[in-house]
Amino acid sequence: MRLLPRRLLLHDERYAMSILVDRNTRVICQGFTGKQGSFHSEQALAYGTQLVGGVTPGKGGQTHLGLPVFDTVHDAVRATGAQASMIYVPASFAGDAILEALDAGIRVIVCITEGIPVLDMLRVKAALEGTEAVLIGPNCPGIITPGACKIGIMPAAIHSPGRVGIVSRSGTLTYEAVFQTTQAGLGQSTCIGIGGDPIQGMDFVDCLARFEADPETEGVILVGEIGGTAEERAAEYIRTRMHKPVVAYIAGVTAPPGKRMGHAGAMISGGKGTADSKYQALETAGAATVRSPAEMGERMAELLAS
Amino acid sequence: MNLHEYQAKALFHRYGIPVPSGKTAASPAEARAVAEELGGERWVIKAQVHSGGRGKAGGVVFAHALSQVEQEAARLLGSRLITRQSGPEGLPVHCLLIESPLAVERELYLGVLIDRAQRRIAFMASQTGGMEIEAVAAEDPAQILMTHVHPAVGLQPWQSRRLGFGLGLAAPQRKQLDHLMRDLYRLFLDCDARLIEVNPLVLCKDGDLMALDAKISLDPNALWRHPELAALRDRTQEDPREVAAAEQDLNYIHLPGTIGCLVNGAGLAMATMDLVKLHGGEPANFLDVGGTATAARVAEAFKLILSEKRVKAVLVNIFGGIVRCDLIAEGIVQAVREVHVSVPLVVRLEGTKAEQGLAILAESQLPILTASSLDEAAAQAVAAAR
Repeated sequence: MRLLPRRLLLHDERYAMSILVDRNTRVICQGFTGKQGSFHSEQALAYGTQLVGGVTPGKGGQTHLGLPVFDTVHDAVRATGAQASMIYVPASFAGDAILEALDAGIRVIVCITEGIPVLDMLRVKAALEGTEAVLIGPNCPGIITPGACKIGIMPAAIHSPGRVGIVSRSGTLTYEAVFQTTQAGLGQSTCIGIGGDPIQGMDFVDCLARFEADPETEGVILVGEIGGTAEERAAEYIRTRMHKPVVAYIAGVTAPPGKRMGHAGAMISGGKGTADSKYQALETAGAATVRSPAEMGERMAELLAS
Repeated sequence: MNLHEYQAKALFHRYGIPVPSGKTAASPAEARAVAEELGGERWVIKAQVHSGGRGKAGGVVFAHALSQVEQEAARLLGSRLITRQSGPEGLPVHCLLIESPLAVERELYLGVLIDRAQRRIAFMASQTGGMEIEAVAAEDPAQILMTHVHPAVGLQPWQSRRLGFGLGLAAPQRKQLDHLMRDLYRLFLDCDARLIEVNPLVLCKDGDLMALDAKISLDPNALWRHPELAALRDRTQEDPREVAAAEQDLNYIHLPGTIGCLVNGAGLAMATMDLVKLHGGEPANFLDVGGTATAARVAEAFKLILSEKRVKAVLVNIFGGIVRCDLIAEGIVQAVREVHVSVPLVVRLEGTKAEQGLAILAESQLPILTASSLDEAAAQAVAAAR
């Protein structure tokens, strides 16, 4: 195993955008003083994330976890220079929270919240179009660059800084991929959970493009699932643009049609969005697919060794 | 959440979308009374179940006499309608919609949906009314006309014009279509729908467009905004096991296999089912205990899985993130003692406090097989079920 991750040795601002966050990224938390917000803010601080404050409307001026609380995201950005936000507010207010962060100039918006109405997300997506900001999620574990910055609910201990980029629609399957790459001694450059909702922020293609451009990422594990066509679009990107090896796993080969498999976006409808069609697209595009979720790390190790 | 046809038509009516005259009935006598009230010499009797393909299943019938209305109502009410979408158990018929038949010139399709790839609400139309739109898309995609609505701009007149010309409608009908689409768009937004289908939308011999059928599916994540719509939910149309699970905050879907699965996280739950299959077994369910599983929830999950007599082994697969494996282990021990788990139990714990969790299982002295990897866990469960 690598003793010191390259990220820690080679810290260069030029690369900061390619994997979205690094050890200097200044982060605020929306929904800071709530139960979830408090718990995961503590975890982020313990990991070394540059959490610089939080937002809870009506609690501006208070101090929480030793950090300033603001009434609005605009106030927080003005006072702290925050570039990223993690959102833990309830589903009924989350769409509004994303829009507020966007308007305040937050560059990386990470929304963990599950259960945001689809119509709210349609409006959010329209507002994001043509801006520099990226949205990760909603309904996702967040983003982590191991050893540098953790924004989300993923268990810190399983990660190790390293060579593999991970992008996934599922939280726990991200953890599987992380765990396996850590065990294989590969480590992770950045892991992004893009979320299980039908309408989300960054999609596979957005993440693949950044991993392809990131000098610290040598290969990518893509974890997809049934529903929609995001994997098919990813396959097209892999076929035409990607030079780094991609290992892909798709969950839901045994999922019955017409049923929502936990995630709002995981449903085969009208014969569309099956795991088979996604596997086929990815295989045709030259991705290394695995049929067992236990083989993601192993397969990536083989590819990076060859 | 799906609405019944009669509920969807009531909403259509409220939004000014033309529907045939009709009324619901819950008994043969009531059906006869409704038919008498509607008048005329012919009636359509439509079983209200949450499924397409009702016509072919005998759930939509014509009656030519009041006595026949009563007979058909008696046949349908209380029965279970088995359609190609309902599964072999069928769906219970508790309510009928009795309507006056229309003189139909042409049958069209009109749908409003969320296009995930485009991130827009889309209108879809075709000249192949009465057919499933998925079948049309597979056989002759050129038949389908589509237009996307920008959320800030809203539906524009050119969009209905385009569909109207594409459907070959004359000027008066194009105008009607424009009204209809604007009303549908308003309804879609107002009720947080994820799908509205008018299949068929009919052009009557008198020149009017009318919604002969109506299907509305609502976004379950937005029901808190619409208590009056949430109240329309008919649980008799849903799998009782899934309803019971939802009450416990568990995400459960019944499957025909023999290996019960208890997993945290939707993606991992699907992956676990796939792995069981890969090892030659068949999963008995999808079950996600969620991100904040407690001992009590785990116990409830076991009860649910074991209520299915076909289950010959249970596979527990937990990757602890926020969920702590020691709490899950306590839940497993408690459940095995309470519920009397008589089938082999294979447990794989990984992540937060996995070692403590495994120690709790070992100390319990219960016959629990533990596995150190995903693959091993699935292989053990499949072997144990044989």
